[in-house]
Amino acid sequence: MAEVTRTYKVGQHPDLPPPRSEVGVIGWVKYNLLSTPFNVIMTLLALWFLWSIIPPLFEWAVLDSVWTAESRKACWAKMEVPEGAACWAFIKDRIGLYIYGFYPAELRWRVNLSFVLLVLAIVSVLYENMPGRKFGLWYAVAFPFITGWLLVGGLGLTHVETDQFGGIMLTFIIGITGISFSLPIGILLALGRRSTLPVIRILCVLIIEFIRGVPLIALLFIASTMLNYFLPPGTAFDLLLRVLIMVTLFQSAYIAEVIRGGLQGIPNGQYEAADSLGLTYAKSHLLIILPQALKISIPGIVNTFIGLFKDTTLVLIIGMLDPLGVGRASLADAVWAGLAREVYIFVAIFFFICCFGMSRYSLWLEKRLSTEN
Amino acid sequence: MAVNSETVPGTRNSLTRLWNNQQARSVIIQIVTVTIVFALLALILRNVVNNLEAIGKEFSFKFLLSPAAYDITFSPFIEYTSRSTHLRAAVVGILNTLLVAACGIVLATVMGFLMGILRLSRNWLVNRMVYCFLEFTRNVPVLLHILFLHGIIVTQLNPPRQAMNFADSFFLSNRGFYIPQPVWEPIGWIIAVVFLISVTFVFFFRRWAKKVQDETGRVYPVFWISAGVIVGATAVAFFATGTPLSWSIPELRGFNFKGGLAIKPEFIALWLALSYYTSCFIAEIVRAGILAVSYGQTEAAGALGLTRNRTLQLIVIPQAIRVIVPPLASQYLNITKNSSLAIAIGYMDVVATVGGITLMQTGKEMETMIIVLLTYLVISLVISGFMNWFNKKTALVER
Repeated sequence: MAEVTRTYKVGQHPDLPPPRSEVGVIGWVKYNLLSTPFNVIMTLLALWFLWSIIPPLFEWAVLDSVWTAESRKACWAKMEVPEGAACWAFIKDRIGLYIYGFYPAELRWRVNLSFVLLVLAIVSVLYENMPGRKFGLWYAVAFPFITGWLLVGGLGLTHVETDQFGGIMLTFIIGITGISFSLPIGILLALGRRSTLPVIRILCVLIIEFIRGVPLIALLFIASTMLNYFLPPGTAFDLLLRVLIMVTLFQSAYIAEVIRGGLQGIPNGQYEAADSLGLTYAKSHLLIILPQALKISIPGIVNTFIGLFKDTTLVLIIGMLDPLGVGRASLADAVWAGLAREVYIFVAIFFFICCFGMSRYSLWLEKRLSTEN
Repeated sequence: MAVNSETVPGTRNSLTRLWNNQQARSVIIQIVTVTIVFALLALILRNVVNNLEAIGKEFSFKFLLSPAAYDITFSPFIEYTSRSTHLRAAVVGILNTLLVAACGIVLATVMGFLMGILRLSRNWLVNRMVYCFLEFTRNVPVLLHILFLHGIIVTQLNPPRQAMNFADSFFLSNRGFYIPQPVWEPIGWIIAVVFLISVTFVFFFRRWAKKVQDETGRVYPVFWISAGVIVGATAVAFFATGTPLSWSIPELRGFNFKGGLAIKPEFIALWLALSYYTSCFIAEIVRAGILAVSYGQTEAAGALGLTRNRTLQLIVIPQAIRVIVPPLASQYLNITKNSSLAIAIGYMDVVATVGGITLMQTGKEMETMIIVLLTYLVISLVISGFMNWFNKKTALVER
């Protein structure tokens, strides 16, 4: 066939496709991996690094690992090279401990039920277009109290001592209590810090800066050693409750700062508009200011919560058994001792999944909130 | 016509009237708050007094002067034996806290800036690798990092006899990292003085050079002159005094090393774990800070004919620093506070000495916790004070 030749007017010629070496896989590699000599070296180094890390790790953790055994020795006997691979049988053997701590085995359905209720509460808070969301929110407010009753017992349920709580369950108890009670306290502190009344402002600044200035572990020590001195003689109460109070206080100070940031992001016109409508302080804040301020501080609140969730591991220092504490305690068992890597990696993966999930959620929220405005 | 006072709104009830007056209301609220706070404090104080009386304890800091009777294996700055006082143990603890916090801040800053810049790399592979490391590290509790690292050092490294040997003078074993220790002869102070003088000179020289540049536009090679003066003067002093420096090299004697500087496994684990954990947060801060400087600034600098280095130095970094400093300060505070996790692996910081063993031995919960809290509050105040000063210095000056 004869080639069709066309003539174009000046400036009417359609764009030619880019050269093949600049698009597609080749173009991508050229641009992203090999653009300069320095970049080529970096790419090679990175490849070498990955090659020397990933395959051995994969072999250790998956291919050669042992999933069923009765003891460390039995585990190692199953491997080609003793100690050459992961022994996940250790984790499987103790998985109940990691989830429930020492919660009585026949009552564990109560913990399971609490986890289900927790999922329901989270769903009803996070999904905005769920049918009956109003009831869902009330349920979320009531949730800590319902599960508190379910886990501790009383009123018809068998009582369980809180020193038997442990594992992932304990992490969730501390985390959820911390976030649900610190939010209202944090809002009050943030409002107080922005108050025009000097006494209230100074008081709130003192509380916030004191708590933010000291490490959580010092507060936990106070909870475990000297909180009872502050109470009337004879009132001794539960260590878990004392820890929860301290964690809530600690968290409130950080939440307060996040919400203060949100409040500062509200333009003055909003306050003035509320005032000109004749709204009182309470009404203008509840109806106009806080809904907007809370909305823009949600990502910050989630990030603070991630920090708190990770900080729950600190309770192991005052002798409570969170997943890390359970892992450390189980390492003392002579039958399994020496499998520290497996324990730490398992606990690390648990925290990574939870925290990474939450941070993704907060990023997603941030994006969504920013496009709406 | 006489108006009945009861029909006029606002004069109905003097209490309502008072409440509707904004000034009066704020005074009332504040008085009530102060009363409640002081009542609470008084109640707590009374409880404390009653409780202490009930178990026969008294509130005093006299225990600080009695012998501590416990060992602290890591006290690089001051002499400490088990016969020293609790006060000395407290000072050792505070110094150890400051040491690990300062070292952590330095390493975390270096690693954080490096990773933050790598995260901006156009190389997709490098970028993604750093991203994976960052995400994994910062979503795992720092306590776990500390315990894991400590576990690796203590159980996976060889005992001193089969220690990893670097050039016969650095030894890495499960008892710690042994490095050569510089030993100064008495005359060494002259070098320190010369060094300080040259630093002071450089400080004034830089101010002068900046003034000259502002007034006349003449640019001196400030960096090279400064570096030359400091290194040159110190080197001259070093050789003029006859190289008054020798090294104490660690040597294997029996079951452990003698001589040299011993860096204990607890310190290494805490320092490294705190550093790489915090550096992940710093990396994100640095990245955000650099991205916050719009590309137009770089282009404008290019249009003015500045070189690439001058652009970075004069345009990009000063603007990025302004965004970076406030969150960086809170990361420094976090390192300091997280160093209290030392107690989990037995590094003797202030929580482990005063808040741990001294508390156990003397039963003085109040007094010891007050010391611990005050220590952290003072450190926090100093760091945030410094950062506020720095922030003010670098903040945008608007006309």
